Formats: sequence, structure tokens, C-alpha cells
Amino acid sequence: MTKPRDADDVRQAVADAAAAGTPLEVVGRGTKRGLGRPMQTGASLDLSGLSGIPLYEPDELVMTALAGTPLADVEATLKAQNQRLAFEPADLGPLYGAPENAASIGGVFASNLSGPGRLRHGAARDHLLGLKAVNGTGEFFKTGGRVVKNVTGYDLCKLLAGSHGTLAAMTEVTFKVLPIPEKTRTVLIFGLDDGRAREAMSAALGSPHEVIAAAHLPTSVATRSSVAYVSGAGRGVTAIRVEGPAPSAEHRCKALREELAPFGATEELHGMNSATLWRELGDARPFVGDPRPLWRLSVPPTEGPQAIARIARTMQAEWFYDWGGGLVWLAVSPSADAGAAAIREALGGGHATLVRADDAVRRAVPVFQPQAAPLAALAKRVKESMDPKGILNPGRMD
Amino acid sequence: MALRMPAPDQDVLARRREIVAALREIVPGEGVIDAEDELRAYECDALSVYRQLPMVAVLPSTTDQVSRILRYCHENRVRVVPRGAGTSLSGGALPLADGVLLGLGKFNKILDIDYANRTVTAQPGVTNLGISTAVASSGFYYAPDPSSQIACTIGGNIAENSGGVHSLKYGLTTNNVLGIEMVLVTGEVIRLGGKHLDSEGYDLLGLVTGSEGLLGVVTEVTVRILKKPSTARAVLIGFPSNEDAGDCVAAIIAAGIIPGGMEMMDRPAIHATEDFVHAGYPLDVEALLIVELDGPKVEVDHLIEQVAGIARARKSMTLRISQTEEERALFWAGRKSAFPAVGRITPDYMCMDGTIPRKKLPEVLARMRELSEKHRLRFCNVFHAGDGNLHPLILFDANKSDELERAEKFGADILRLCVEVGGVLTGEHGVGIEKRDLMDTMFDDVDLAQQLRIKCAFDPESLLNPGKVFPVLHRCAEMGRMIVNKGHLPFPDLPRF
Repeated sequence: MTKPRDADDVRQAVADAAAAGTPLEVVGRGTKRGLGRPMQTGASLDLSGLSGIPLYEPDELVMTALAGTPLADVEATLKAQNQRLAFEPADLGPLYGAPENAASIGGVFASNLSGPGRLRHGAARDHLLGLKAVNGTGEFFKTGGRVVKNVTGYDLCKLLAGSHGTLAAMTEVTFKVLPIPEKTRTVLIFGLDDGRAREAMSAALGSPHEVIAAAHLPTSVATRSSVAYVSGAGRGVTAIRVEGPAPSAEHRCKALREELAPFGATEELHGMNSATLWRELGDARPFVGDPRPLWRLSVPPTEGPQAIARIARTMQAEWFYDWGGGLVWLAVSPSADAGAAAIREALGGGHATLVRADDAVRRAVPVFQPQAAPLAALAKRVKESMDPKGILNPGRMD
Repeated sequence: MALRMPAPDQDVLARRREIVAALREIVPGEGVIDAEDELRAYECDALSVYRQLPMVAVLPSTTDQVSRILRYCHENRVRVVPRGAGTSLSGGALPLADGVLLGLGKFNKILDIDYANRTVTAQPGVTNLGISTAVASSGFYYAPDPSSQIACTIGGNIAENSGGVHSLKYGLTTNNVLGIEMVLVTGEVIRLGGKHLDSEGYDLLGLVTGSEGLLGVVTEVTVRILKKPSTARAVLIGFPSNEDAGDCVAAIIAAGIIPGGMEMMDRPAIHATEDFVHAGYPLDVEALLIVELDGPKVEVDHLIEQVAGIARARKSMTLRISQTEEERALFWAGRKSAFPAVGRITPDYMCMDGTIPRKKLPEVLARMRELSEKHRLRFCNVFHAGDGNLHPLILFDANKSDELERAEKFGADILRLCVEVGGVLTGEHGVGIEKRDLMDTMFDDVDLAQQLRIKCAFDPESLLNPGKVFPVLHRCAEMGRMIVNKGHLPFPDLPRF
């Protein structure tokens, strides 16, 4: 275990490991170690010592944080200025038994896990403006900047976002922040099946009301919500969120309730209840403390319910939809391959990630969607361009 | 114009006839152009001070043809320069004397409109505005709106990661593209993304967007479309100084308001545009802000009042709120015609494209005035104030002995200044050849070597658009131990910081 105190320590540690050919586990605060293929590494590079916020300029909507800074610190600092991360980072730690709110900001970007707001505001990768990192040969490099509009050179921020520490060890990230909207309202529609819910979400997202998030919870998942309006419904619950200045959020909520009334009975959630519901969904809380393998499917929104119908014919499963139907969280009964073959076969497009399963299962089946041969070969060359000796999180995304 | 490009490969030039014949095998009929007078149409893009005839131009119409062209060029070590509509302001589509100019103009069809998933799939030669037009009857549009949107293509937008006046609220191309089909230099066809969100595996779509034609040739694009906001209104605000206007911009953002667009012009730009389009701009102000709010009427009215209040508390001299759609369009007419308006008052101008942290604007404007005196050239400024993207226009006359040279030095000084205050060389126009030799003001050797190794992962022989973006090309085999040389022309004397 190496715990660098600063970026130069990171550079030295990686350079030493590269020289010795020692594979490194690159880890932020270690909340999502169960995500990805199990690895054989000789040492851990623990980045939690790189903590702090060297730059925060609320008027410029920008913050720079060292990679190991707790996400909770970042969010608290932003909240004090009435700002936030609009992509709503998903806190998946509890899925793996880690405590809540324990992730690092570097880990958030390295895994590019965005919450319900991703639909409107973009993913973590869309908010990452610049970074500093150490590549697999122990070289310290930077990319991007601190301004939103920047096309100077290749956008390596996008490449590193979601690379799960397999390309470089990030030491510092600079990202866009946004104001917290004055008011939030969530419209609930009761009693829809998956297909009708998909239509209702499409209608809402095709409206001019600037819908921020749209999700659907089948009955069994809805009952596990801590929001009484949702858990007490005894039916499927479809949720549509709007935000904005008070008069506008209220106007949008009212207009949506009218327009969606033909789908079923509606209700509305205000600030606290709304925030609670969307946090539960973003963090996949309905499946926390659950032993079942868990999948995360990203699909064209209209194809989600069909894919799920095909999957549900072949295995015991439970699921809910986010991102207007484009994201499906799917828990299945334990099996040797966690249903991988049938699930990937059922997809009409998009990809399926085995977010949670025993090590043995994640060794047996690809955690990430297998890619076509030319693309897989290209991805391998990209990996080698940053980590030629393959020492950073080796095999984690294979 | 002295600009160092990769030396033409004499062996390739000697094989020109054979190469043309091979291309005709792939693209029959008029799709292969080798007559000099017809090649003139491709000798430059919108950065027209640099011109070069390509060896041959080829205009394929199918992905399979693109694949076979690239495979042939790869196997025969022939360089390729992809081209969309040729509207690049950074020379991204400047041909090579020994290169095949690969025009995507025949890829001009919209393939799929999917309202339920809110996507459009189009061939890369469809114009940016063409996408919005195709879905306008249903009340949808494609958000990024570069000012050249009637001509520029969606494929070119991907290459350059184009922005526009609404990018503060709606993002750049990279935030709005969902998927592409792309042909690698080997001729292999890959698909990245689709109608779903977020990539699986490495985000190569994000990497390719803005890569200026160096990594592959895009043959199909899927973008996200949005429903048009029900209302949009603009406020026109005049200020006694650039500092006051800058303060107002910061205060609007600090109040938690993200306008659909927030543009600023300085006094010379106001006068040039008012003389041209008579938009009714006040002529006694030093700086003019256009702030546009969009959304439901109730929200727009609410925010317009807030913005007006903020402006009045910050020394605004004039303040007009658009009352009709015609008036809103008129407010924008001046801003959107700023370049041609400036073209009327000067024989030549050079458009720069740096981005700075917003709050540095007064400092940067003051120092640009000093630079203007130093280089003895006039300039004016249009500014995407919301996201800090500056477009200083340097006025000069290329027919006067050294004015072009002075304009280039002035431009280099401006970009150096942008980097010095924490900004970047280019916000939306791309590096191309124009800013290529300034890359080392932002990046050190290690940073650039890392980017070049990415290039090698896609194109190890450096056949795709070589000479663009990076100062000096090295063979990929040398990359492990290479040192990137300092740039040379046309900005020879820049220090590093």
C-alpha cells in the first residue's frame, strides 16, 4: 500500500512501479472496489491523501479539487454557495457495503457515474473541464483547462472519465458547477405498466417543460421507497422532475400534471420528498443490502421495456427505470453468469454492465459490454498509449 | 504565406496518376477530381490566407467507399485530409500537396428522426441548421448553433466540437452528440455510442469529438434534439465601460441565472454592426450586453426582471427588453453579423478565439488595448460573455507591407494573454494550422507527447490530416523517447508559461 501525500509522490510511486513492473490498484477512497473485473495487483496506490480544494470561484462556476477529496466535502463547500454538481453523482458505495457519502471526487469522475439529472444536465464527463494525472510510465501530464469552452488539443478529460483508473492516476480535477435551482417539483403518475410509463416519460420529455429527470418504479420497487407518497401507492409510480425559479417550477409542474392526466392519477412532491426520491434512485437504493447480482443497462429509452420483457421471460428479475427509460437497474437471481448471456442478447442497442456480483461471477463473465473486434483493438491501443506496461488497474475493464 | 507543413512525399507525387486511377475504381464518375481548375474549390477553408491545391479530391457517397479509400491510402501511404463544408476558421481542412482531399459533401441525408427517443441520425454532410430545420415542424431543434450554421456540417461540428451563442446553457457539440459511425485509417468501420447515453468502455466518442479530423472519418452522426423553449426574450443593455458590463455578467451568474445566451460587444464592434444592420444599438455606450432568457413565459418574465434589476444596479445607461419576436431577432441581428460588418470597415481582419475566466475580461481588454498600440493595429471585440469565449477581430490590410505579419504577432500576443490569465488558445474554432505553433504555450512536452501517442493509437503512420493541431510530427516508433520541438512559423517568439 502506497499513500502519496502529493502529486509528486504519485508520480514517483507510479514510476517505481513501472520500473519494477508491479501492477497497481489505483484507488480513491475505495467505495467502489467491487465495480469491474477482479484484479491481481502487487500494491495499492491510495489517493485519499490528496485532499483539498485549491480553487473554487462560484462566480466562474468552477472548482478544482485534488482527486482524493471526499465528495461530501466538495458538495458541502458547493452548498454553502448555493451551488451543486448538476450531474448528481451516484453514490454506489452502499451497494458494495461501503458507508454512504464516502466516495472521492476523483472516483466519481473515474467511474463517470451520473445520477438522474444526467438526462438534462449531462454526465460527469460533461462537467469535467480539466485534470492533472500520472500516466502508466510515471509521467505527470495535464489536459483541458478551467474554462467551459475549450477545444485546444484532444479532449483527454472525456477519455479519462469512465476509464476506472486504467489509463492514468488522476491527481487533480477541475469541473463545472452550477447553481442549485430555487424550486424542485416532482410529478408522480400512478398505476402505469412499463410500456405506458415509457410513453408518459416520452411525452414529458418531448414537452417544452424542460424535464430534468424521469423515472419509473414498478410496484415492488416503489414499495421500498422512503417517500410515503411512493411506497404507499401500492402501484407502479412514474416520476417526472422539473426545476427552476419558483414561479416556473410551479408552472411546469402544473402544466405537466394537466398534460399527463390522461395516463393516470397524478400527485406532486415538493422539495424534501422530491430530493429524497431522486437520491434513492440515483444511488440505486432499492437494491442496497440485497444479495442479488445487479445490472445497469443503458439503452435507447423506447427499447428499455421491450428488453426487460425479453429478460423477464428467462429469469427472475426486478428492475426500475431512470433517464426517461434509458437507464435500467436490474437485479436478477444468482447464477453462474448472473444472466449475462440472456441479458446482453436481449438488448436492442446500448450496453449492460454487471455492477455487482461475487468475484467468481465477475471473473467468469465480462463486467462491461464486450466490444466489436476493431473497437476492442483500438481501445487496447489507447490503453497502451497511456499505460504501455499495463500496470494501472490491469484487467479491471477487460 | 510561410507555414511549415509536412514535406510532400515525392514518391507519392510521382504516383499521382496511379492513385487517381485507383480512386476512380472506388468512386466512379465525377466523384474524383484531378483537374487543377476544379481543385481550386478545395484549396482553402475559411482561413483563406493559407492555400494549397490538393493532389486529388474524392467525393464518396457511401461508408463503404470511404472505407475503401482509406484502406487504399493506408496501404499505399497516401495522406488524407477530410473536409466538410470548408467553413473552418483555423485551417483544419487545408489540403496537402501530396494528399487526397476527402470531401463528405455527398453525405447529405437525414437518415432517421426519432421523436420518442429525441434523436436525429444524419450523414455528416448535413448542415447544422439542416438538422434543426428537419425537426422544426414538430417543435424540436438541435441546440449547438455556430454562427456558420447555415453552411457548416454536422460532421465538421464533430471534428471541431463547435459551440455557438447558446452553449452556456445547452453545451457544445460534445455534450449533444450521442453516437457516430467512423472509419479508421485502416478502413475498419466502428460505431461509438448510439441512441443510448454514455459509452461503455473508454469514451472514444468524447475523444474523437474535437479531434479535428486526425483520428478518423465520421460517416454517420446521432445527436440529441430538444423541444424548443416556449418563449425567448432578449435584453439589450448598454454600459459606460467594459468593466461595468463585465461586473453585470458576473452578477447575473452569481444570482444563479444561466441565460440561454449572453453576448457582449465593445464600442468599435457596436458601431460597425449598427452601421451595417441598423439594429438600434445605442452608440453612446462603451459596451453592450445581449442577455437572452428562454423557457416558459412565466420564467422568462421573472428572470428578465431580475436581470434588469441587476443591470440597473450596475450603471447600465440603456436597457431595452424585446417585446416581440421581431425585436428579439433585431437585437441579435447586429451580433450575428459582426464579422461581415467588420469586413466592411477594413480590407482584412483576423478573428481570434481565446477563452478566459470571465472575471479577467476587464484586465484582458485593457491589455489588448496596449497590444493594439504596440502593434499599431485596430481591433474590436465580440465576446460570448457567458462562457468567457473572446473573439477579438484584428483589422489590417494585407496589401500593406508588413500588416499581416503584425496582425499575426498581435494575434499571438492575445492568445498568449488568454493562456496567461488562466484561459485557453481556442474556445470553439479549433487549433488547425492557425494555433498549431502556439500549443506549447498551454502544454509542455509531456502533455503534447501524451496527446501524440493517442494519435498513434489511431493512426500510426500519421496519414490523417497531418500538419494540423500539433507543432511537429514524429514517427510513432520514436514516441517513447521523443521531445516535442518548439514551434516555428508563424509565431516564432513565444515563451512558455
